[in-house]
Amino acid sequence: MSVFDPGKSSMIDSPSFSTPATRNWPTLAELRRRLTDRWVFALLLVIGCVVLTLLVLAPLYTLLSKSVENKAGEFVGLENFAHYLSSGGIESAFFNSLWVAGLSTVIVVSLAFMAAWALTRTRLPFTGWLRGVLVLPILAPSLLPAISLVYLFGNQGVLKSWLFGAEIYGPIGIIMGSCFWTFPHALMILLTAMDNADGRHYEAATALKASPWRTFWTVTVPGARYGLVSAGFVVFTLVITDFGVPKVIGGQFDVLATDIYKQVIGQQKFEMGAVVSVLLLLPAMLAFIADRYVQRKQSASFTARSVPYRPRQDRMRDAIGALMLTPTIVFIFAIIGMAVYASFVTFWPYNLQLSLNNYQFGRMDGGGWGAYINSLKMALGTMLIGTGLVFFNAWLMERTPQPKLLTGVFQFLSLLPLAVPGLVLGLSYIFFFNHPDNPVNGIYGTLFILILCTITHFYAVSHLTAVTALKQLDQEFEAVGESLNASRWRVLFTVTLPLCLPAILDVALYLFVNAMTTVSAVVFLYGHDSQLASVAVLNMDEAGDIAPAAAMAILITATCAVAKLIQGVLRFWVDRSTRAWRQGME
Amino acid sequence: MKHLKKALALTALMAAVNANAQTELTVYTAVEAEDLKKYAARFNEDHPDIKVNWVRDSTGVITARLLAEKDNPRADVVWGLAGTSLLLLKNEGMLTPYAPKGLEKLSLKFRDRDETPSWVGMDAWMAAVCVNTIEAEKNNLPMPTSWEDLTKPVYQGHVVMPNPNSSGTGFLDVSAWLQMMGEDKGWEFMDGLHQNISRYTHSGSKPCKMAASGETTIGVSFAFRGARLKEQGAPLEVVFPSEGLGWEVEATAIVDGTDKMEAAQTLVDWSITRQAMEMYNEGYAIVAMPGVAQPVKHFPANAEELIIDNDFGWAASNREAILTEWARRYDGKSEAK
Repeated sequence: MSVFDPGKSSMIDSPSFSTPATRNWPTLAELRRRLTDRWVFALLLVIGCVVLTLLVLAPLYTLLSKSVENKAGEFVGLENFAHYLSSGGIESAFFNSLWVAGLSTVIVVSLAFMAAWALTRTRLPFTGWLRGVLVLPILAPSLLPAISLVYLFGNQGVLKSWLFGAEIYGPIGIIMGSCFWTFPHALMILLTAMDNADGRHYEAATALKASPWRTFWTVTVPGARYGLVSAGFVVFTLVITDFGVPKVIGGQFDVLATDIYKQVIGQQKFEMGAVVSVLLLLPAMLAFIADRYVQRKQSASFTARSVPYRPRQDRMRDAIGALMLTPTIVFIFAIIGMAVYASFVTFWPYNLQLSLNNYQFGRMDGGGWGAYINSLKMALGTMLIGTGLVFFNAWLMERTPQPKLLTGVFQFLSLLPLAVPGLVLGLSYIFFFNHPDNPVNGIYGTLFILILCTITHFYAVSHLTAVTALKQLDQEFEAVGESLNASRWRVLFTVTLPLCLPAILDVALYLFVNAMTTVSAVVFLYGHDSQLASVAVLNMDEAGDIAPAAAMAILITATCAVAKLIQGVLRFWVDRSTRAWRQGME
Repeated sequence: MKHLKKALALTALMAAVNANAQTELTVYTAVEAEDLKKYAARFNEDHPDIKVNWVRDSTGVITARLLAEKDNPRADVVWGLAGTSLLLLKNEGMLTPYAPKGLEKLSLKFRDRDETPSWVGMDAWMAAVCVNTIEAEKNNLPMPTSWEDLTKPVYQGHVVMPNPNSSGTGFLDVSAWLQMMGEDKGWEFMDGLHQNISRYTHSGSKPCKMAASGETTIGVSFAFRGARLKEQGAPLEVVFPSEGLGWEVEATAIVDGTDKMEAAQTLVDWSITRQAMEMYNEGYAIVAMPGVAQPVKHFPANAEELIIDNDFGWAASNREAILTEWARRYDGKSEAK
């Protein structure tokens, strides 16, 4: 989240300032050891930057550099941009993209904040299950809400009248679809930001006889403000770069992301696709800078002295919480339920007989069970490698002394993938990893490149989650560790990792489910023996086999739900053990 | 039990031997996924020593992928891709010209005109209009029989067609109208059609799928999709407008730089045999070898007479201008409604 945090970094850079009252001056040998440590840490983060450069920046450069070249590869300056801007329609696409993404962001962040509040600040029962339901959208391939929305609100839809004559094909459909799939992203960030609240603030508010309403505005909202800004930034960027939803349900409503599709897939004009991609980076970049500006002042909210917040009994407040959750949960159930129903229907809407036929994937094409197994392997690989990479890098950035410039560069690199549409990332990977001079071009067409690409594609939100969790831990943990002569490594394994385990599990699940459902980038990279289930869903739908497509989508969703259950159990167990650990510390 | 073990060991051994003897070809294709197993199996009946490894996606994605891989091509053969796409690849110097055995038996329309052709045709997919009979009845719409019919006010808001800027099928229609009617009349026709269009889609099969599920009454799409959906039970009438139909050849080519030239040539040879043509004919009414095609269910018997004399060269060289003009006239305007 925050990039530059001068106050904090100077504090860890010179430990003598951090806890002046209790510290002794370190010996010379001690100082030397720390100095070497700093070099090692800086070097490790440099390596992290190099890795991300290879995974993000270098591939992107190979594609985006085409925006200033003509078809023959000669440099033409800004000619392509001029050509694109003069072709007309750009104003409407740009404007459409902005307002659709903006409105979706407002809706999603409000709903996600309401949900996060209900889950963390009330004593509603079954919050574990509620959390499970609320992340359901992320477990489903993007085609699933598209099918459901058409069955619900399309011309033959069961709820068509609810739109009062408006059409689902267009901005309404795009906003609904986008809200559905981006909601869990926002929720995940907000929950991480709100989960570890400091009970002392609430106690103080109660002692000062502040009304619940006032407490909400003076304690809860300020505590979550960085999470809110981050969630807004993420949702806005996700919506503006996504072409899946607008392509399927947007009709001819033009947005920038579908323009890339038209240029690249429709007309094979890579250079014009690159132009639109660059233009698409601009609003995302602005959001990034705004986010950075706001995040500057963030400091740890959960300090070594914090007391975990436990909401008190309050029926009224719990009822409000339930009310806040209701619209979102109803919407999610409606979409998923409709898709489940669609997967059993023989031929919508003219033959509504139910049958299990659509689940016989062996008979369907597009890869069948083989593709499903590939997807599982790919998702597990992405989860294991990705979680390790993300968390280690985030730890280096947040919890070790680093030059400001380096953390800035690293933060930029790790958030950049967010602003890159999957289609652009996939093509970039061909140009970069398939280049004859690339020493690792052998990985092209294998599962491994799919794993790398997927980690990159979903790096930003994983990184934000890890950083948010790390930021919430007081820097004093390391300072105290140092005074006890425990190295940062030791603090990492004995304190930081255990405390961050819930967030690590979140990141792991996030990477797993996204790897199961992703389509846009991998569609360019799979080989003959690495077809994926999510791609099969798309192919079956394209061939008109909507019900089998829905069935495969449900299978993917169910698999992700099982992963979520396992994660839930682990999390419960971790929560319990760290709670004991925390209490033991007091 | 012992026998079983022996048998198993033997099979395993044979499989191993087989695997060793096999040449594996990476074949890129846009042919329907459900047909791929059949295509490979039939080919293997004659050539069991060549294993076909398919990489399949929609025409646009596969073409983009091939172009992006230009510096280091991964495909050995392209079997089943639109002629327009192959023309692009040819112009990029990405195809190895090869005259397969039996080339002389192909209709001239269905091969690259160079003496040693860069690509050879398989079959043709052609435009068609999918009409949902239930919705047509509900909305009291007469069955259209010509393109001109579709501009009648009665169809207002009931027609969906693919955007030619995103979809090859869309461009195929636009290019056919301009060729049949002449430029001025063609644009005039599209102006009229535009009044009735409820939306343009990004995919060529989507309009027919929307018609099949009643999301629209009329979808301008292609015949193969309409026939398949009808077979699945959709209440569709597949209409072939009387003025003539745009069409596109589906073809085979060898990708330049393959190190399995012999196997690649064997595959291309086989792809234009009579057997192969009969196989294509199971799904397509028009195939590249004259005199082979039998009528196909849900297709008109006189399919070959319905298609226009498509000038692919003209279409390719005017594509950019046509698409720009199309976007200027119709893109993004309709939201004002």
